[in-house]
Amino acid sequence: MDVLQTLDAIWSARVPILHGLGNTILISLLSIVMGTILGVVVGLLLTYGNWFVRLIVRLYSDFLRGTPVFVLILACFYILSVVGIQLTAFQAGVFALTLFCSSHVGEIVRGSLQAIPAGQTEAAKSIGLTFFGTFFSVLLPQALRMILPTWVNTATEIVKASTLLSIIGVVELLLSVQQVISRTYLSLELYFFAGFVFFLVNFTIEKVGRFVERKVALPT
Amino acid sequence: MTVPVLEIRNLHKRFGSVEVLKGIDLTMQKSDVVSLIGASGSGKTTLLRCVNLLEDYEEGVVAVAGEQIGYVERNGKRVRLREREIARQRAMTGMAFQQFNLFPHMSAIRNVMLGLVKTRKMSKDEAYATAESWLERVGMADRKDHYPGQLSGGQQQRVAIARAIAMNPQLMLFDEVTSALDPELVGEVLSVIKGLAADGMTMLLVTHEMQFAHDVSNKVVFMQDGRIAEEGSPDQLFYHPKSERLAAFLKNSKF
Amino acid sequence: MDYDFNFAAVWRDFDLLLSGLGLGLVLAVVSIAIGCLIGLLAAFGMLSRHAPVRWVSTAYVSAIRNTPILVLILFTYFALPQLGVRLGKIESFIVTLAIYSGAYLTEVFRSGLVSLPPGLREAGLTIGLTEFRTKILITIPVMFRNVLPALGNNFISLFKDTSLAAAIAVPELTFYARKINVETFRVIETWLVASLMYVLACSIIAALLRQVEARLAIPR
Repeated sequence: MDVLQTLDAIWSARVPILHGLGNTILISLLSIVMGTILGVVVGLLLTYGNWFVRLIVRLYSDFLRGTPVFVLILACFYILSVVGIQLTAFQAGVFALTLFCSSHVGEIVRGSLQAIPAGQTEAAKSIGLTFFGTFFSVLLPQALRMILPTWVNTATEIVKASTLLSIIGVVELLLSVQQVISRTYLSLELYFFAGFVFFLVNFTIEKVGRFVERKVALPT
Repeated sequence: MTVPVLEIRNLHKRFGSVEVLKGIDLTMQKSDVVSLIGASGSGKTTLLRCVNLLEDYEEGVVAVAGEQIGYVERNGKRVRLREREIARQRAMTGMAFQQFNLFPHMSAIRNVMLGLVKTRKMSKDEAYATAESWLERVGMADRKDHYPGQLSGGQQQRVAIARAIAMNPQLMLFDEVTSALDPELVGEVLSVIKGLAADGMTMLLVTHEMQFAHDVSNKVVFMQDGRIAEEGSPDQLFYHPKSERLAAFLKNSKF
Repeated sequence: MDYDFNFAAVWRDFDLLLSGLGLGLVLAVVSIAIGCLIGLLAAFGMLSRHAPVRWVSTAYVSAIRNTPILVLILFTYFALPQLGVRLGKIESFIVTLAIYSGAYLTEVFRSGLVSLPPGLREAGLTIGLTEFRTKILITIPVMFRNVLPALGNNFISLFKDTSLAAAIAVPELTFYARKINVETFRVIETWLVASLMYVLACSIIAALLRQVEARLAIPR
């Protein structure tokens, strides 16, 4: 392994690699944000919907969670264009990751809402809170704290899954590094480099998540 | 003079910088039944656990049947024995725990058989017969195929005692064996232990059941702050305590 | 949307898809079996008295969990030959998946081990078993039964990850789905059938695992 040669290859390709990293972050951010918003809706419908709504949303969620995310990405990429929705590979990929994220966040939200003891809702009602009052002042603040660790975990899963977009031709970090590999043949060094950058991104997310967890933890 | 079953000389035990046993001396002859009493934190459970080396000890000697447990002197240095040796020594004593500690994935009889097969190298059939007779003895033969999770606390404890006794130990250690039991289940376990005492089993017990300690023991040891504060016959300790601390302790124990 | 559904093309190659599904299952089973061994070793490593052993185990878990599995797959297949380690596609994929699942199972086993009552080990020692035999006969079997649900979830997600074997042209379900997609242009049908096969397989596995769990559960 030639370290200098590797560093040289990375340095001379810094612009495309940084561009790739930027794409990775953008893909992840968009998918996590949109997926979380959609996922909260999914979770609420799973918890408070009538039986018909719950059935439909349950099918949606189970289908998405039973399908490998790679299949989801390929399916969105190929299918959307056939049905007349013209999306770029980037957009189709983000769409797939958003769906994936929403199903996971939906389950987390449902699980945490159901984990809150029924006594909390009863206590809130007994002091005259409405459904929305109960939800926003009593249930949500408790649920959010419970959700945080799993949600951070989901976020790192999305970052990892964003690499799959390289297969449909989105130049994110992995593909940008692969392009350098195809020029330099430094596959060992550069795959290691790519892995290390992803490790750093996820490690940072994990640490920030832990920090926030401690900040918002209820005193005991 | 026969070799004592248990001989403890000047035993010291530290947890980090805290010394929990500060020089214990205790000798037990065959068929002795000794109860250790005292407030929690006085070191009685730790003492018991040093006897089978569930706790290492830093100084002094614990000897079972004349053999020092856990360590040898080699060139003037104290060396911990090898794993296999320690395992063999541990099987010289049997122990019953406060939390029973039955193996949850094995039926009652397989709990009793395990040590017989793996440590005592009995054949499966022989181990089965031995285990069955001991379960019979503690009144658990009809539940031999039940799993620990399907038994009451008292029943689990009786199986646990059978598991230890079946190994034919020279000394039985009982660590607060009734403390985790509902009051109505205490009696069945105590009567099993009384039966063992009547058979001449050598036993060292840590207990909070003062009446039981009085009835079953031929010697009672009161521990305080890692030392033996008072020892003697049950009548002497329970009815004529010398120290105020023991008197106060007995009063709080509702003896 | 005017799209004429025609499943005939997909049905014609359905046996290919099925064989791909079967291969995916085999890959997942073999990988998780090896992964269990790795995970068990690393879990004991994390609980070791020796600090360096703890560091190595922790580093392994943290590095693998924070790196995208696609990067690991490509690394093993394309980069390791540079070090003289040449593996076939399937072997290479199994090695990657085993190391990947090992990292997740380490966490599962570690938390399973620490949640066992300490008296269990002590009871083993008091009947004269060595530490090693106590582990083999008592702590590991009990821990294993306790973590079965988590183990099952890991298996299912590992099975879904076998879809990524398509990235190095291992002929499993996703690989064939892409092939049929390209050859027949029955885009929606292909991906619908492929995802349904994954979803169904996942729910059947989940149901079977519940049976196994019930069978192996410690009676109470």
